[in-house]
Amino acid sequence: MRGSGRTYWRLLVAGFRRGSTYRLAALGGLVANATFGLLKVAVLLATVEAAGGELAGYDAARMSAYIWLSQGLLGSVNLFGRTDVAERIKTGDIAVDFLRPLDVQAATITTAVGQALFALLPRGVPSVVLGALVVGMATPDHPASYALGALSVLLGIVLSWATVYVVATAGFWLVDARGLQVLYMVVSGFLAGLFVPIWLFPSWLVALAQATPFPSMLMYPVDVLSGRVEGLGALAMVAAQVGWLALVLLAGHLLTRAGRVRLEVQGG
Amino acid sequence: MAEPTRARPAPGTASGSAAPAGTRRGPLARGRRAAAPYLAVLGSRARSQRSYRVGFGVDLASSLLVGVVELAEVWVLFHNVDRLGGIDFAQVLLVFGLADLCFSLADLAFGHCDTLPTYVRAGTLDVFYLRPQPLLLQLVTSDLSLRRLARAAVGLAALVAGLVVNDVAWSPATVALLLVAVASGIATFAALFVTAAGLQFFLLDGAELTNAFVYGGRYAASQPASVWSRPLVVVFGFFFPMAFTAYLPALALLDLPGSDWLPGWLGWCAPLAAVWAWALATLSWRTGVRHYRGGGG
Repeated sequence: MRGSGRTYWRLLVAGFRRGSTYRLAALGGLVANATFGLLKVAVLLATVEAAGGELAGYDAARMSAYIWLSQGLLGSVNLFGRTDVAERIKTGDIAVDFLRPLDVQAATITTAVGQALFALLPRGVPSVVLGALVVGMATPDHPASYALGALSVLLGIVLSWATVYVVATAGFWLVDARGLQVLYMVVSGFLAGLFVPIWLFPSWLVALAQATPFPSMLMYPVDVLSGRVEGLGALAMVAAQVGWLALVLLAGHLLTRAGRVRLEVQGG
Repeated sequence: MAEPTRARPAPGTASGSAAPAGTRRGPLARGRRAAAPYLAVLGSRARSQRSYRVGFGVDLASSLLVGVVELAEVWVLFHNVDRLGGIDFAQVLLVFGLADLCFSLADLAFGHCDTLPTYVRAGTLDVFYLRPQPLLLQLVTSDLSLRRLARAAVGLAALVAGLVVNDVAWSPATVALLLVAVASGIATFAALFVTAAGLQFFLLDGAELTNAFVYGGRYAASQPASVWSRPLVVVFGFFFPMAFTAYLPALALLDLPGSDWLPGWLGWCAPLAAVWAWALATLSWRTGVRHYRGGGG
């Protein structure tokens, strides 16, 4: 990989600071997250109640923890499929990025993750506080859940941006990758457990979701951080995240190399 | 495309003996002439989308999947419990179908208002001011996303399925109720897009704020509103009248009593909700346009 660790650290910090400049955007995102959160509370808690107070291991407090943690992560985990690099590939500006003494894939993901980590402050923390105050939620029994949960959240964020990068590289071959982005948005949200925890799915749909990287972006981090899953089960989820991340990074690397050749053929 | 400037004879004039032909042809011809530029623009948008065949195919498939996945989200809940908020899966199909059909048709025409901040930031909105057409009409006709028809098809399928599997007591009144509900629902969602667009003149970077009630509203509309907390009833039941787009008309169609705050007979009041939503939209849009001071070009 080109460039030193120090360079990427600076890119991460730059991304973090970039996020901090859009304050109104952060506020807008928070209001949207909270509104969706309250709607999810209404329908999901009614479902738990209709099921007799417990459903697939979720009682009201656990369901509330799932709702507000997932809403809080929504500003950082990319389930929308939008990314700057897709636009740069479309316009051909990516050719300039290839000239820089940096690995394009690593630099793109690092900057985006920096921005995503900032979003945890104005969007993540207030969502969780709001949920805890207004609705109330379950907290983990074991302190280790917080440490492992933090790692799991970080892995989920990086994995989502690494996957979106892979989707963006399709732009080297397709003129308009917008349809693909919409496809990503629909499938990722559903299979990551954004609207309904995947554990409420019928078993064949759970198996289908687990065959994709999407639960590793949101469902697993929320499960680990909320303490719904502890011990070996939590470690297995983190291991699955690491595995998916390695696979997606490799795919992104290969597609960048192939796409770069393709871009030069077009005369970039 | 028909030749835009020449008015064809009005259909009523050949057989219509009640009114003199001259008085009928006048306003109708004028109407056609006024609409011609918009029709020409919309026709060209439709043609341009179909010309990239692969991209259009992927777009259509994606939109279809959006509708299917949204239906799946509702179905998953009812896979776990028999009834939610007093209604079962067959009945919620009707709610979902009405909500999704109305939203996707409104989105087809007015969804493009979402891009207003991009125009404002780039300064290209000023160009719209130079043309002799109303700003909002230009914005609406500046794009026509045919792919959204695929999503409307999912809504329509769910609505038809809901009408078939449920025990609807068909009469002229229920047919009228259904037609009025669909028309009002489309108008209400369209008003939401326009309200959001008016606010964009002030928000720009905070555009996501309006997603809370536009897309949050769509999500709310397909839920059984009886599960809502009091604040949600105020916001999505009445202020942004989402319950009036699908849940309440569905209750009226099924002749269900509903809850204290949202009784079933309110389903007949969907047109009132649409009028209220458009009052909000007009206020928001006018205030926004007055606030706009140009890109400084």
